[in-house]
Amino acid sequence: MMSLGWETVIGLEVHIQLATRSKIFSSAPTAYGAEPNTQASAVDIALPGVLPVINAGVIRMATMFGLAIDAQIAPYSVFARKHYFYPDLPKGYQISQFELPIVSAGHLDITLADGREKRVGITRAHLEEDAGKSLHEMFDRHTGIDLNRAGTPLVECVSEPEMASAAEAVAYARKLHALVQYLGICDGNMQEGSFRVDANVSVRPAGTHEFGTRTETKNVNSFRFLEQAIDFEIERQIDVLESGGSIVQETRLFDPDAGETRSMRSKEEAHDYRYFPDPDLLPVAIDTDFVDAARADLPELPDAKRARFGQQYALSDDDAAALTASRELADYFEATVAAVGGDARANGKPAANWIMGELSGALNRDGLAITGAPVTADQLGGLIARINDNTISGKIGKDVFEALVAGEGASADAVIDARGLRQITDSGEIEAFVDQVITDNPDQVQQYKDGKTKVVGFLVGQVMKASKGKANPREVNQRLVAKLDAL
Amino acid sequence: MQERSISDLMAARAAGELSAADLADHFLARIQCLDGDLNSLVSICGDSARERARATDAGDVENATGKLAGLPILHKDIFCTRGVRTGCGSRMLDNFVAPYDATAVAGLNSAGAITLGKTNMDEFAMGSSNETSFHGPVANPWNTSHVPGGSSGGSAAAVAAGLAPAATGTDTGGSIRQPAALCGVTGIKPTYGRVSRYGMIAFASSLDQGGCFARSAEDCAHVLQSMAGFDPRDSTSVERDVPDYSAALSGDIAGLRIGLPQEYFAQGLDPASRAVVDAAIAELEGLGAEIVEIGLPHTELAVSTYYVLAPAEASSNLARYDGVRYGHRCADPVDLDDLYTRSRAEGFGREVQRRIMIGAYVLSAGYYDAYYLKAQKTRRLIARDFSEAFDQVDLIAAPVTQAPAFKLGEKLDDPVAMYLNDIYTIPANLAGIPGMSVPAGFVDGLPVGLQLLAPWFEEARLLNAGHAFQQATDWHTYRPPGFE
Repeated sequence: MMSLGWETVIGLEVHIQLATRSKIFSSAPTAYGAEPNTQASAVDIALPGVLPVINAGVIRMATMFGLAIDAQIAPYSVFARKHYFYPDLPKGYQISQFELPIVSAGHLDITLADGREKRVGITRAHLEEDAGKSLHEMFDRHTGIDLNRAGTPLVECVSEPEMASAAEAVAYARKLHALVQYLGICDGNMQEGSFRVDANVSVRPAGTHEFGTRTETKNVNSFRFLEQAIDFEIERQIDVLESGGSIVQETRLFDPDAGETRSMRSKEEAHDYRYFPDPDLLPVAIDTDFVDAARADLPELPDAKRARFGQQYALSDDDAAALTASRELADYFEATVAAVGGDARANGKPAANWIMGELSGALNRDGLAITGAPVTADQLGGLIARINDNTISGKIGKDVFEALVAGEGASADAVIDARGLRQITDSGEIEAFVDQVITDNPDQVQQYKDGKTKVVGFLVGQVMKASKGKANPREVNQRLVAKLDAL
Repeated sequence: MQERSISDLMAARAAGELSAADLADHFLARIQCLDGDLNSLVSICGDSARERARATDAGDVENATGKLAGLPILHKDIFCTRGVRTGCGSRMLDNFVAPYDATAVAGLNSAGAITLGKTNMDEFAMGSSNETSFHGPVANPWNTSHVPGGSSGGSAAAVAAGLAPAATGTDTGGSIRQPAALCGVTGIKPTYGRVSRYGMIAFASSLDQGGCFARSAEDCAHVLQSMAGFDPRDSTSVERDVPDYSAALSGDIAGLRIGLPQEYFAQGLDPASRAVVDAAIAELEGLGAEIVEIGLPHTELAVSTYYVLAPAEASSNLARYDGVRYGHRCADPVDLDDLYTRSRAEGFGREVQRRIMIGAYVLSAGYYDAYYLKAQKTRRLIARDFSEAFDQVDLIAAPVTQAPAFKLGEKLDDPVAMYLNDIYTIPANLAGIPGMSVPAGFVDGLPVGLQLLAPWFEEARLLNAGHAFQQATDWHTYRPPGFE
């Protein structure tokens, strides 16, 4: 969606909700979906006299995040107060970080559509507390305030304005989304707002270097909407500029029903937040021991895992990328290969095919995530093992898989036995089928003898049919050809 | 009974000579009779105090054997007290009943102290005369047409009038030491971080410090003992053992080097008050202290530094009072802006509004560097003055105020004159060091205090110096006429 003569500049600000049990400055729980105002402590509702105390787990998670994006971890960072009045902001200020954020100067490498890698800079990532929620719809002519979310820990991750299309922005957001889940610092739930993406978009004449006026689009709670919102915004800005207008620097809301962005209509008065260091909190001092400990706690990150999958399981880069898209999927894959047993390099590809084919189809059909897969990695591995050792054919394997999805048996073996699907490899039994088919199909046998050897495929099919698919096709083929040639 | 020391009262109770109920009844009766002209209390907790006293006597409370078991105490209305209106001298919080106890209050409760009531104060502790209170001014028991000082004016006046053996206070720029001096009682502001600020309604977070008033340094030692200590709920409280303050009261200050900062004895100091302070210093010298002249060269920057930083923090700390969740809300707001504007305009008094505006101004974009950042730098210079001075001396002695208590209304319309009243007390807050005021004499029937300042966390040294002085003098035993 590029109009000729324009280029797009996109930067993303992502709010990553940290998966701590308690809030950033109080001991109230962070669980989503509780009754309004039941998870707000005296600190969260800003009673007179209360004071914030930093949750140490938050510092550890932010440090892990900084290490994972190859950023600088500030040895000394400062919490600052950002002032504005809003009913869901109990203190009249948000505790955030301003001049000295905990993480700065990192980057994320994304893969573009043409397979090239692109490095996107991350300016900074700072810690802050979330506000509560204003509920405008539930009360007639009144606004309800739910402070359960107030004080929920967030990392706000600000990219450089270095993305040139909606596709790049989505690739970056997806990569970040996978990363924070890999790290176990965020549940990644976009619907519940655990991972919120705001898109700063501007356009400028192609080949120029000055930034155009940007807009910030909020309320984008899926990757598809992110793409739609950015594309809409690019088109809109180009239309405005081409018709002689100018872009207003403003905050816009994405409307998923209309597929468009709309001005929030809030007067974009130059807001003066009157930042100053929060005197209730000491500066956060992070020493190298702390950083080393956080580094030791880092799980294998997506890029490293992808490279390892290619090597260890003889996978193509595409397969490796797909299977490492989430930590859960990657774990499922590895557990499946382990359950097959034997040579990981030989079993990698079949496992990948089953997971990205049958399993992914079953998950999509039922709207399930990999963590809710109806077939366990052990079951799938057992199934692949039975195909490998010729107990069943690949075709029968699909039936067994469906049976496992339907919960028909505890394992592939149990399904195979219960349904009597064990492949016939006994040569006497196969020979009886072959003899019968030769007797029943004299015309085709004659054709074979006349040199039309392709007809053997038909005859194999007849044998398979007679055996109800249980005969080993390779065995059938061998026997049949030997018999025909001997006639 | 109001003449007896805390340790004497506690010993008498332990001996069965006095009960907690006797103590509560006695002081509640004094409050009933004597506070009418003073207005030093804004809440009286008569029923709960009597009940707790009875339970203490019956041994039915777990702290019946605490060090302060049965000791009647008053709390400045800035400390949150569970189930009791905590109004902070403001219309804004006049309907606010705290659901929890401040850590300092909880410490005193667990030592067995019994809260008799809450004391009047300048609104949100912003004032030096107790005239900005929503509940009206407090009168000085020594002369009821004079101010008691502020902002902890109610606590100082109440202790001076013998309405309670002790009271808590807070000191952001002198709010314990100045009223202690003007009312002729002993008051100590500990090191910043020594007493938890949790539950102490914030005025200026980096300067606020809780402390106490009593009739002597010895009594202050007992009370402070139960207030001080690390609190995991206050990140700025300091994890450091609390020494036994009473055990430190040897009364011996021989060889102690006491510095006199020349800047505190310069122009502006009322000659009669100076004579009182000089005499007190001579007394200390007589007790064996070595008197040394020192310089605190950045003193002149203190007041302007303070009146940038304190309002800046206050403007932020008071942003939570928006009429949404608790506190004053205007009638029939037409929209959100109206709710905010009228609730705050009605809920806050003039002085508080003035400081919020000053604070918002110095923090605003374009002025932040010139005011707030520069003030942080001068604050460091002032703190460095003290650390260099304490390389040479063990304590600093100085006046608390330039003159005795002024008349009610005298400075109310002249904020700068009011602010200058704190010129000798503000530097200790900026540096975070502990300070104390002990009664040192009288000018025209009004008390004059001697200020003692110690290095960080040397409260024990401070209390011992005050104790030594009070062993040698009787200024702290004088009672205002009509309140004997």
